[in-house]
Amino acid sequence: MTGAVHISRFDRPTRLLHIVIMTTFLGLSATGLPLLFSDAPWSRVLAALFGGFHGAGLVHRFFGATLLLAVVWHVTNILWRAFVLGERGLLWGPTSMVPQWRDAVQLVQQITWFVGAGPRPRFEHFAYWEKFDYWAVLWGSGLMGAAGLVLWFPMAAARVLPGWMFNVALFVHGAEATLAIGFIFVIHFFNGHLRPGKFPMDLVIFTGSVSEHELREEREAEYARLHETGALAAMTVPAPSAAVSKRGYLIGTAGLTLGIVLVAFILYAVLR
Amino acid sequence: MRPLFRVLSTTACLFLGGAAVAGAGQVAAPVAAPVAVKPPANEDCLACHGDADAKRANGTSIALDAVAFAASKHATRACVDCHADLKTLTEFPHPDTLKKVSCASCHNAVGATYHDSIHARAREKSGLKVAPACADCHGSHDIRGKTDPKSRVSHAQVPATCGACHDGIKQRYDIGVHAAALKKGDSRAPVCSDCHTAHAIQRTDTDASRLAKTAECGSCHASVAEAFTRTFHGKVTQLGSARAAACSDCHGAHDILPASNAASTIAPANLQTTCGKCHQGANASFVQYDTHPNPRDYSRSATLWWANRFYWVLIPGCFGFFGLHSLLWFWRSRKDARARKDGTR
Repeated sequence: MTGAVHISRFDRPTRLLHIVIMTTFLGLSATGLPLLFSDAPWSRVLAALFGGFHGAGLVHRFFGATLLLAVVWHVTNILWRAFVLGERGLLWGPTSMVPQWRDAVQLVQQITWFVGAGPRPRFEHFAYWEKFDYWAVLWGSGLMGAAGLVLWFPMAAARVLPGWMFNVALFVHGAEATLAIGFIFVIHFFNGHLRPGKFPMDLVIFTGSVSEHELREEREAEYARLHETGALAAMTVPAPSAAVSKRGYLIGTAGLTLGIVLVAFILYAVLR
Repeated sequence: MRPLFRVLSTTACLFLGGAAVAGAGQVAAPVAAPVAVKPPANEDCLACHGDADAKRANGTSIALDAVAFAASKHATRACVDCHADLKTLTEFPHPDTLKKVSCASCHNAVGATYHDSIHARAREKSGLKVAPACADCHGSHDIRGKTDPKSRVSHAQVPATCGACHDGIKQRYDIGVHAAALKKGDSRAPVCSDCHTAHAIQRTDTDASRLAKTAECGSCHASVAEAFTRTFHGKVTQLGSARAAACSDCHGAHDILPASNAASTIAPANLQTTCGKCHQGANASFVQYDTHPNPRDYSRSATLWWANRFYWVLIPGCFGFFGLHSLLWFWRSRKDARARKDGTR
């Protein structure tokens, strides 16, 4: 749909945040998996790419700290905008990330549509699976970050926590990692990028805009609202240039490939 | 006793019969091809060496305990099987200095293993004469198989055999749980060679040795070793880093004692010191860390048990629900796409 009218969806800081999360998440996975699956035949090979276990550990801490900073920046930014600048739409309403009653309704409607017993739900700005992804990443980063910090600074942690918390922290860090890696590299990849209609990837997170046609098809409720309120015109942007799209494909392909390779590693370790 | 020795050796020579035909000068000359001479039989040797009072010119004994030899593993062997240079010797009494016996001429695999060991390197490369060769541990004419309780290398005798040189270590071993089990007659109690091996014995301060500890101790303490591999220490070790604690770093090696013993490195009162060897400033809270956790054991840690339960529900739940969700979505999208295609046709 090149040349068609495009509607802005993700602003520059949001796109940057996704790139940072994507990069650090892949880096954390690649440097953490050798430790989680230390008995797998590929663990030493993967760690060797980062200069062995100690190098992998250093890279892991660097990416962990970067991701934590990004999440702290994001949360601070959201809270500032919501409570100081008064953007109440962030907390409730059609464009909010906060789960609402209609999300539960639309989940049921979507499954009804899957089995051919009803029409497709009319989605707003964020669909329920996108909200789930968002909160999973936020909750996961917080939990993994906290557990990671306990393991990173054990002496400081032991001043306030009992020592058996190291056992819990290591277990939770590993279990949550299994969940997050599996969820992002399989479920998020499918929902966001690989499913029919999006395959091989949805460029919106890299280019920032979506064609008017796609918005109308995918998010009927949002399109109708923007149309009625007349906000659509203000959100119209030029279609992304070929160079921008190409860059998006490049970054997206690299991320998807790395993620799928890591999932293959995990499956090999688990099923062998 | 010199005259007696003369007499005996003359007697021995008589036993050799026709072998004495060879000329006097021939002994020192190199023999190009083995001359078809009848090698001396064991009785021939015992004619001299069987006498408890037989001595060399310098007064040292040449006596052999024929009874011990008869009871040995090698009783059926000929003397010249080992003392091979006497096979072709025709002049008796033979010279004082014979070629060194090479056990490896029969036991070649063990010989090759020993050759790479710390004992062989010390002896052969560094010239450390006190480092043991075969006979120092196994004995020579009285050699017995390791399953023979009277053998110097039998399970129960190994600590004493190694302790003949490594006395300080032996004293510490005697304090520990493994020696206590051995004294009670526990056939599974490890002796020196169970951890260090017998012939391939190496230094223990190398990375390779440290990395092998989990499997080594785990060959008996399987469940503990498995739990250890779930910890950061264990995982790092599996990845080939020798910096993390291995079994012996906390438990000690020779004088291992149970936590209930106040002298133990893992006695509650000593934990801060033991952990503090690596984790400087380890406090009372720090040492509550469980070094061999079991998430399935509620009595060990209720929190860990609950965390394990939680993720056992959450992970399959998430993957199950969203996996099915994705599959249904895929199926519906394909079906709709096909329907649209048919419709436009």
